[in-house]
This record gives sequence, C-alpha cells and structure tokens, in this order.
Amino acid sequence: MVKVYVPIDSTALSLGAERTAKAIVAEAQARGIDIQLIRNGSRGLFWLEPLVEVELAEGRVAFGPVQPKDVASLFDANFINALSDSAKGHPLYLGLTEELAWLKTQQRLTFTRVGITDPVSLEDYLAHDGYKGLKNALALSGADIVKAVTDSGLRGRGGAAFPTGIKWNTVLNAPAEQKYVVCNADEGDSGTYSDRMIMEDDPFVLIEGMTIAGIAVGATQGYIYLRSEYPHALKTLNEAIRRANIAGYLGENIQGSGKTFHLEVRRAAGAYVCGEETSLLESLEGKRGLVRFKPPLPAIEGLFGKPTIVNNVISLATVPIILDKGAQYYADYGMGRSRGTLPIQLAGNLKQTGLVELAFGATLRELLYDYGGGSASGKPIRAVQVGGPLGAYLPESQFDTPLDYEEFGKIWAVLGHGGIVAFDETADMAKMARYAFEFCAIESCGKCTPCRIGSTRGVEVMDKIVAGKNHPQNVQLLRDLSDTMLNGSLCALGGMTPYPVLSALNHFPEDFGLSNKEAAA
Amino acid sequence: MDHLLSQEQQTLIKAHIQAHQHVPGGLMPLLHAIQDDIGYVPEIIYPDISKALALSVAEVHGVVSFYHHFRTHPIGKHVLQICRAESCQAMGSEKLETELKSRLGVDYHQTTQDGKVTLLPVYCLGNCGCSPAVMLNDEVYGRMNSEKVSELIAEVCHG
Repeated sequence: MVKVYVPIDSTALSLGAERTAKAIVAEAQARGIDIQLIRNGSRGLFWLEPLVEVELAEGRVAFGPVQPKDVASLFDANFINALSDSAKGHPLYLGLTEELAWLKTQQRLTFTRVGITDPVSLEDYLAHDGYKGLKNALALSGADIVKAVTDSGLRGRGGAAFPTGIKWNTVLNAPAEQKYVVCNADEGDSGTYSDRMIMEDDPFVLIEGMTIAGIAVGATQGYIYLRSEYPHALKTLNEAIRRANIAGYLGENIQGSGKTFHLEVRRAAGAYVCGEETSLLESLEGKRGLVRFKPPLPAIEGLFGKPTIVNNVISLATVPIILDKGAQYYADYGMGRSRGTLPIQLAGNLKQTGLVELAFGATLRELLYDYGGGSASGKPIRAVQVGGPLGAYLPESQFDTPLDYEEFGKIWAVLGHGGIVAFDETADMAKMARYAFEFCAIESCGKCTPCRIGSTRGVEVMDKIVAGKNHPQNVQLLRDLSDTMLNGSLCALGGMTPYPVLSALNHFPEDFGLSNKEAAA
Repeated sequence: MDHLLSQEQQTLIKAHIQAHQHVPGGLMPLLHAIQDDIGYVPEIIYPDISKALALSVAEVHGVVSFYHHFRTHPIGKHVLQICRAESCQAMGSEKLETELKSRLGVDYHQTTQDGKVTLLPVYCLGNCGCSPAVMLNDEVYGRMNSEKVSELIAEVCHG
C-alpha cells in the first residue's frame, strides 16, 4: 500500500492541511485506490504547505501546495505513482523531497526527523535513530553526560546563549533530595516557532533530551512549561509522554536502568514575561509570574527552592544527538564560540518562509534572499528584526552579518531564539519603536520600576516625537529613558526593550522626523 | 457557591478543586481546568479555592488577574484572537484588526451582540511563517484577511 503523507503541524493545518487530508482519503476511496495516510510533521517549507508526499522506493516525492480542489487532478495524473510522466506533469509536482534545494542545503541536526516521521509514533522515532542518545547516556556517569554537553559547546537556544553544560554542572554539584528539570516552552517571541515545531512534529526528541538531563544531574521530575497558545503541541506532547511511559522510556526504572524520570506538561497562561526563567518558576509554583532576584541562581535554588535545570526546548532537543553522535560531532559545526547549528525561523514579509537549520555563520542576506526569496510583497526589504520583540532592527547595511552570538553582539543586536522577521519599505519604524514600549507595558510583571513605569513613559515620549513636539528634547529623553531601562531593569523584558527602540532610532532616524546628523547628536 | 452557577458547574468545580488540592503548584492547572470547563473563573469561588489550597483570597485573585489568559466573566460562544505581534504587523495585521473590529462591531475584549464571538488580541500564535494569523477557538489560521476571517466566522460560528 502506498504511503501518503499530509502534515499535522499547526502551520500546515492553518493553511488547510486537515481538509486536504480528508479530500485525499475520500478521493482514494471513491476511486478504489488503497493508500495509507500518515500525518507527519512539517518539513518547514511553509510556502508549499500543505505539502503532500508520496513514498516510493526511490524516496519521498513532494507535491504542493495542495488544496482540496487540487486533489482530483492529482489522482487524474496518477500522483500515487509519483515519478510517472503524468505525475511529473502535474503543476504541483516538486520532485524528490530530499532533493529540494531549500532542504538539501540545510544541516538538520536538531530537526533531523522533523517532517519525516509520524510525531507520536514511538516505532517511527526508534526507526530513525531515536533514543540512541539515552542509551549511551545510561552507560555514562552523570559527570560524563554533563561533560559531553559542555564539550559540544551547546549554548542556551532560548536566547541568552548561556553554556548549557555549565548550567547542568551547577545542578549536578548541588546536593539535594529533590532536583528538577524544567523545559521553557513559553515561546512567546514573534517570528519564532521552532519550539512549537519540535513539540508538535518530533515530541520524543524533547522527552529524550529531558530524560537525559534528569539522569545526568539526578533529577527525577521534569516539567514542560508550555504556552497556552499552543493547543496542538499540548495534545501531541501529552500523547507522546503517555506512550513513552507505557514503553518504559519514562517513569520508574527507565529501560531497566533503575533510573527514574517523571514528566508532566504544565500550561502557561498568556504572560510573555514567564519566558524569563525565574518568572516561569514562580508560575510553575502556582504564583504570579514575578521575576525573582538573582542570585540565588535557579541551578542552586530553583523550582520549590530546589536545584533546577531550566532550558529552552531547542537546547534540550539538541541533547540526544550530542549523546548519540558525540560532543565533537556537534562542535564541528559552527563558527567562533557559537558551536553547532541554529534552527532559524523565517517570518514576516518574505516570499518563502519556514524553518532553516544551519551551522552558525550563514549571513542574514543568504537567509533573506537565498532561502527567503526576498519580500512577499515584492518591495525592497527595509528592516529585519532578529531575536523576537526584544531584538534590534537591522537595516540593509547590516545584512552581511554572520549569524553568530558574538558577531551580533558587536553590532548591538541579538540572535535570540533565531527568529527573523522581515519588513518591507512600507514599515514605519517609529511606529515599531512605539509598539516595543507598548508591548513591554502590557507584559511587564511590574516588579521593577524601569520596566513598569518606563514602558508607559516610553509610549508617551514616542507619541510626542511622532507629533513633532519639542523634538530634540524628547529624542534626548527617549535616549535617557532607554539608558535607565537598559541598566536598571531586573530582567530582559525591560532591559532589552531599548534594543528595538534605539536600533529603530539609530538606523531609521527619518521615521522619527530626524536627519541622520540630528540622530547621531 | 454562587447561585448563578448551575448545579452541574458547581459539581465540576468542586471536583477540580479536590483533584488539585495536593498537586505541587496546583493553582495554575486548577484555574485552567475550571476555565476549560465553564469558560471563565468565577470570582465567587475564590474562597473555596483559597481554603483548599491554603492560600489567601488575595493570592488567588492575584494569580487570576496576573495572567491574560484567565477571565472572570463569561464570554461569547466562540473566541477569535487576532495576532498583534511584529511578524503579523509586517504582513498587514493592523488593517485586519481595524476591518474585523468594524465588521464585528466590537473592540478587543468585547463580545458581538448575538453573544457568538468574543474578540481578543494575542501576541504571537507561533504561525509567523504565515502572517497574519488568527486563532478561532483552538484552531490557527494563516495568511488571513478580513474576508477570509469573515467566511471562517460564518462557517464555524453560524454554521
């Protein structure tokens, strides 16, 4: 029986994949053709979603984007025999999926299975090298597992880029009766969706990564703090956890090792600030998500006051391949101190959006034009925001910056969680600066004054600047306020809101009613 | 409990409180369970929650009011969330917001006169590759414009 794949990823669903899947099943039935429909994750080529694949001995053949109205013509062209002349002649025929340039040029390590497997099939996961990392980890001491993660050079992919191994080592060496592993799945940054894709499209890799983390540091309980805006991820994660428990990959005596690791998903409730690790821990404890003072570090006094690993989804989902293929294998990718790969998410005004996993070092220009295909509107790309709502806006003159934590730091920008949002020339950058303050005001936890009050004052100052009131004084005030927020805020929400604001002001002064000379003054 | 809550709702709430009483950090999952079932978290049940979880009523109120997701009053039968974040702005979400507000005759946090649709802002649905995005109940829709959203509303909410 021929296997036909139709993605079940949220983005594919948002473009009608459910109806496409139903139409294919109905049409096959009507024509008396036997097919096996498999709901896989998304390959991450969103302009081609819903992307339908047919499995042949030669490999999987792609057609897309397939809407229900296209289904009859696909059957007419005998697309089940996907490399036949008639199938090749169909306007939606794309060829062998693995040969698509967009995919072929990527280095998919963390996303190695995404789009290929049925997300909740443990058999599929095992058949595609799943749980090899855990198997190796179970034969190692905790210290050796931590050493492998340290040697791989993996840094926190949530945005802060703190070395994951160092964090783990602190928890390993913190004596306690109970320790925890917490996965930060509160992916609230605009332009990012890689966490969501891992959770919906390959949930076992996150479960495996967390299990390895637990075994490494002696934590027996894990929590995934998942944003409430991701109902599909919730369903998929819970189903995968249930199956992992049944198969002995979670719970007591994992695979006969005598080790225990329990895992539970906890839903967030729409507070952006809870993506900050200490605020997240407060929320997990059932409290308001107020940011904590540091120290103590969560690695020493984290959830319920116990030593806790808090890592982003991508960081944890990258651990299995490190333990499977070795620290050096992972560290061989990348540049400078940015080792390994980064799953980059192309978003906003781009022709070809989607997930591109590459070794650190590719330039923004390659991503925007080679992968992204330029703007969706056809107008020149004017600004790009990298790293979410707290990331800087970059002008065209900075598009040759390589994606590398330190290189971005040099131009006063951040890579963050790897989201890239493109804006065309119609974007009003003063408006975007105002929005950055507005967002901060809505999402501030209220604990520190620079963020709580500064964000509201920022909106007011921006309104005055846009209205042309006391121009030079208000621009100076905007800079002073930004300085206070940068240096006086308790966490990155208030502390980094000046990044989008000042980068917009410095690179696009004309939108603030200033000449370049005035802006520099 | 409030006489405005039906017997069935009161039973559900009681069961949820009992089930979460000894769960570490159980307040958030409890609030979710209540809102999932009856659509909101009635303020009248704060004393019951506080007693069962050994918290003050102020603490319960503090948590409910901190999170955008929780609400203390019933809303429309369907919830339409429009993404206001940067990626969607880059693809014209402001126009979409303005047009939808005028078509539905409501502003954010309001419900249409027929009680069918409550309009809410949201900051990122993780569908940034297909902006602008909206979420109707639990389903996300990408590359939207006001015509397409209106068709969706007609299909899902009035169908």
